[in-house]
Amino acid sequence: MTPLVSAAPSLADVLTAAGTIPAPKVDYFAVSPLLVVFAAAIVGVMVEAFAPRGSRFRIQVGVAVLGLVAGAALVGAVAVDGRVLQTAGSAGAAVGGIVGAVVVDKPALFLQGSILVLSLLSVLTMAERTVESGGPFTPQASAVPGSPAESLARRAGLVQSEVFPLLMFSVGGMMLFPAANDLLTMFIALEVFSLPLYLMCGLARRRRLLSQEASLKYFLLGAFSSAFFLYGAALLYGFAGSVRLFDIAQAISGDSGPVGKDPLLLLGIALLAVGLLFKVGAAPFHIWTPDVYQGAPTPVTGFMAACTKIAAFGALLRVSYVALPGARWDWTPALWGVAILTMVVGAVIAIVQTDVKRMLAYSSIAHAGFILTGILAYSRSGVSSVLFYLLAYGFSTVGAFALVTLVRDAGDGDAVGGEATHLSQWAGLGRRSPLLAGLFTLFLLAFAGIPLTSGFIGKYAVFSAAVAGGGWVLALVGVLASAVAAFFYLRVVVLMYFSEPSGPTTVVATPGVPVVVAVSVAAFATLLLGVFPTVVLDLTQGASAFLP
Amino acid sequence: MTPLIAEGTRATAEAASGTLQTGAWLLVGLPLLGAAVLLLGGRRTNAWGHWLAVALSWASFVWGALLFLDLRGLDAEQRVRNLHLFDWVPAGDKSTGFNVSAGLQLDPLSVAFVLLVTFVGSLILVYSVAYMEHDPDRRRFFAYLNLFVASMLLLVLADNYLLLYVGWEGVGLASYLLIGFWNHNPAYAAASKKAFIANRVGDLGLSIAIMLMFAGFGTVSFAEVLPNADKASEGLLTAIGLMLLLGACGKSAQFPLQSWLGDAMAGPTPVSALIHAATMVTAGVYLVVRSGPIFEGAPTAQLVVVIVGAVTLVFGAVVGCAKDDIKKALAASTMSQIGYMMLAAGLGPIGYYFAIFHLLTHGFFKAGMFLGAGSVMHGMNDSVDMRRFGGLSTAMVTTYATFGLGWLAILGIPPFSGFWSKDGIIETAFATGEGWRPWVFGLTAMLGAAVTAFYMSRLFFMTFRGRKRWPEEAHPHESPALMTVPMIVLSVGSAALGFLLWSGSRFEHWLEPVTGGGVEGEPVIPKYVLMAITVALVLGGAFFAWSRYGSAAATVPQEAPRGSLLTRAARRDLYQDDVNEALLMRPGQYLTRSLVFVDNRGVDGVVRGVAAGIGGIAGRLRRWQTGFVRSYATSMLAGVLVVALGILAVRV
Repeated sequence: MTPLVSAAPSLADVLTAAGTIPAPKVDYFAVSPLLVVFAAAIVGVMVEAFAPRGSRFRIQVGVAVLGLVAGAALVGAVAVDGRVLQTAGSAGAAVGGIVGAVVVDKPALFLQGSILVLSLLSVLTMAERTVESGGPFTPQASAVPGSPAESLARRAGLVQSEVFPLLMFSVGGMMLFPAANDLLTMFIALEVFSLPLYLMCGLARRRRLLSQEASLKYFLLGAFSSAFFLYGAALLYGFAGSVRLFDIAQAISGDSGPVGKDPLLLLGIALLAVGLLFKVGAAPFHIWTPDVYQGAPTPVTGFMAACTKIAAFGALLRVSYVALPGARWDWTPALWGVAILTMVVGAVIAIVQTDVKRMLAYSSIAHAGFILTGILAYSRSGVSSVLFYLLAYGFSTVGAFALVTLVRDAGDGDAVGGEATHLSQWAGLGRRSPLLAGLFTLFLLAFAGIPLTSGFIGKYAVFSAAVAGGGWVLALVGVLASAVAAFFYLRVVVLMYFSEPSGPTTVVATPGVPVVVAVSVAAFATLLLGVFPTVVLDLTQGASAFLP
Repeated sequence: MTPLIAEGTRATAEAASGTLQTGAWLLVGLPLLGAAVLLLGGRRTNAWGHWLAVALSWASFVWGALLFLDLRGLDAEQRVRNLHLFDWVPAGDKSTGFNVSAGLQLDPLSVAFVLLVTFVGSLILVYSVAYMEHDPDRRRFFAYLNLFVASMLLLVLADNYLLLYVGWEGVGLASYLLIGFWNHNPAYAAASKKAFIANRVGDLGLSIAIMLMFAGFGTVSFAEVLPNADKASEGLLTAIGLMLLLGACGKSAQFPLQSWLGDAMAGPTPVSALIHAATMVTAGVYLVVRSGPIFEGAPTAQLVVVIVGAVTLVFGAVVGCAKDDIKKALAASTMSQIGYMMLAAGLGPIGYYFAIFHLLTHGFFKAGMFLGAGSVMHGMNDSVDMRRFGGLSTAMVTTYATFGLGWLAILGIPPFSGFWSKDGIIETAFATGEGWRPWVFGLTAMLGAAVTAFYMSRLFFMTFRGRKRWPEEAHPHESPALMTVPMIVLSVGSAALGFLLWSGSRFEHWLEPVTGGGVEGEPVIPKYVLMAITVALVLGGAFFAWSRYGSAAATVPQEAPRGSLLTRAARRDLYQDDVNEALLMRPGQYLTRSLVFVDNRGVDGVVRGVAAGIGGIAGRLRRWQTGFVRSYATSMLAGVLVVALGILAVRV
């Protein structure tokens, strides 16, 4: 429990304190990364309002990059400054269990750092304007697809730049999510990062109807799941009399805990879990994933796949390790079922996919299952393995989706067409563009968990943690699912290298510097984490203890 | 004052000797550097690369010669020097783990090899400068040769079996690369593969021997294994010995792994001279001699060594009688001569001495004859068919003379080199063992000498004497000086080296620290009688060849006559390839085919079945994904119910 942001007056306090609201104690240094990111988002809104149209795009990219870099630097500074963490711990003890709304402990810092780094790469892929002069986003989101207004906007050369402040808000919410120390803050963070994402999903320049459909589906189902989350939080409040994670844990394990309220607790856990499992895309709440991943603009998909997973798994880790350890025997069996179902569904259905984005969507579902096995280990090595896996998977995902944006239909003349996402269009790519095919192969091998890539270390870490935690069944299913998954990853490799090219309908666009940087960093990280994993493993092991 | 000065000189001398010894790694390092520069430097080194290779090889020789003089200055018991280079494999703890340090052993045996390899090797490199002058890939050729010299030196200088194995594989690689040097010719490429595979079989033996050694002794260094060999059980020693022999058979083309040597003549002739006559193929003999204490503790393995040597020497001699290809005939003779060495190496300490002695003299005269053959080919448009030679003595005088000295040496005519070494082997064979052994092995060696005399004389006369049978377009001429000078130097060795080493038992005493010395036994037939019989048989064989191929009256048909059953068999290398094909290749093919069948139908069937099953499931599961958000919400709700009930159910 740390830098307590807003000593968030818990509802109980407010009600019993007879109208006096204690002033929140805020450790501004500890939450400075959050503040910087949110500030950058607000500056972005201002820029959108006041900056001249011609330079808006560049300013927005600059603000976003600066905000993220500054945020990452501050995360580093806070992590290095052990004092903050120390005082946070002792302060919590001194206040006698009154916990703040935000806790900046080592896992939170690691997750925030991961989110910032991967968002930075995502911003680079979103800022791509070499392949298509307008970038990957529609110039005017409000225009009806195919309407005169849309063609007018296109002819006017409008460039979508609102996406950057949206992204910054989303990043801010994601950073808050795993650091939230009570369920209400967590809910707010959930909405703060989800709402911009719903919007961003609908911004694709091409196939706008599909994109808007994805956006709407995501919004409806997201709202549905948020309701479950909120209801779950309410039930838990009913059980514990507090929304603070620590209080809930006390209520569960304490001798003087509430009697006869177990149904509240159990249903509360179930509904809360549903809200979180929806965000990580675990079966049977995964069903939005393929449609949304396919419809959303590809850079957004990459961002969503990498960063939403980190934030949501971070929150899931915190809830299960801080609030619910006392009730683990009640809810882990259900989570076991979810993990097994997720791995199997993700790996099996991916086999019959013919669209590369949908295939990657199912692959992300399978990976969610693998990560769940690490959470279920209920140990520090489990936490450490999940943290490592999330970062490793994030790098490969952002890189893979960035490459997907480069494979295009041949357009009229020099102009490129839309993304060629049908797998048959990827045939023979190895001959036409060895570099792209080679990098994509690297990412696929990482997804498949082949040694010398980050994916192998990640899988090894979560499975060994699961086995050590008694979950050898999970590990067994995980390994079998990995074998099934290897099939469809390698099928793409075979397709790229050993099939005749599909003809001149597919072209590989040459990206600008930002995408080159993003892909290179992702590829380098994928290799580095595979060959010298100890650099990061040491970090995750050091960051595997949650503060209550 | 005087003592002081004397002291000073001694200190300087010791310092110099220290530098010489600690720098012994340069022996390996210099040619390796040459190979690296030539291979990595690419075309830029085309102009001068071959001279660099020659210079580095000579530099190695000079260092080796200084080292030899240095060792000679020491007392006999101090002549075994170990040079630690670095800790190579530090696995496990000091006492029970697998710890190998890379080190060199400088002793009379290794230094003798160093001198042979660097001296003969350098001469052959000089020869190659002219021989390969018009080859577009000359640089690559010299790079490989340097690689070979480096590996061979590592092989003989290593102070443990694992490092020896590195050199062993290195020479195998160089041999493979050089046999297939003209790999655009499919037959040559196939020959290199054949050599490689036959050698792999042997290498497997060597590696198993090394593993057994580690299992039995806990170490693989010469200094720890060999002195303790007498403490090990005979069974272990026999196993190690037989596996070492298997390795030696592969590398030295001994029966039953002899089949690759004839085909290895596909490589350029200098390669045949250096690798497949003078040095690499004798590595097996080196291995057996080096591992002497192991074989002495395993009489069965030792007997097998002798039998392998005897069989091979007869085998090679018979094949040699029928070959019309000058290089293949020389290859058969190499095999046969190494059979002599192997036979000697199985005869105990005094045998080791004669084996190495014959190895050295053979290195000179056989290399000389191969270079002579190369010179003949050079003058005859690369023809190798002896039936189209004849009467070349007038056209190529130097080649004729140098080849003649080599011929006299291999025949064992006194006082040429081969006489001293080969006669020693025959005597030792007659003097070692009890009962039937001296008779069988002694008579084999003696008759082998007679057959050798016949086929080598046949080769010599068919090439240089008799009527001219060469085709119209051939214009035989003497080769340039770069080629003839090495031949002359080697022929001096062929003539005189044997006596030089023999006189005063010089070489015997030199080797004593390694072989342990030994007393020459008394042959079952008196020594001088034996010598006289041998020489008489040799002269008889040579005269027979003269009458058939060399005399003015002899006619040699240009097309090979059908010949007797034995001749036809010998022309086909006594059906070695057919036997290998029937015993190994065909069953191997059947085995792989049936495994492929099982793999296709059985393993793949299961895999495909599972894949199809999963695909079917996936096809059904994907119908879940209807695309309608209402059904998605319904399925979520169902999921919520399942999870909630699941959690509640745990309590019940």
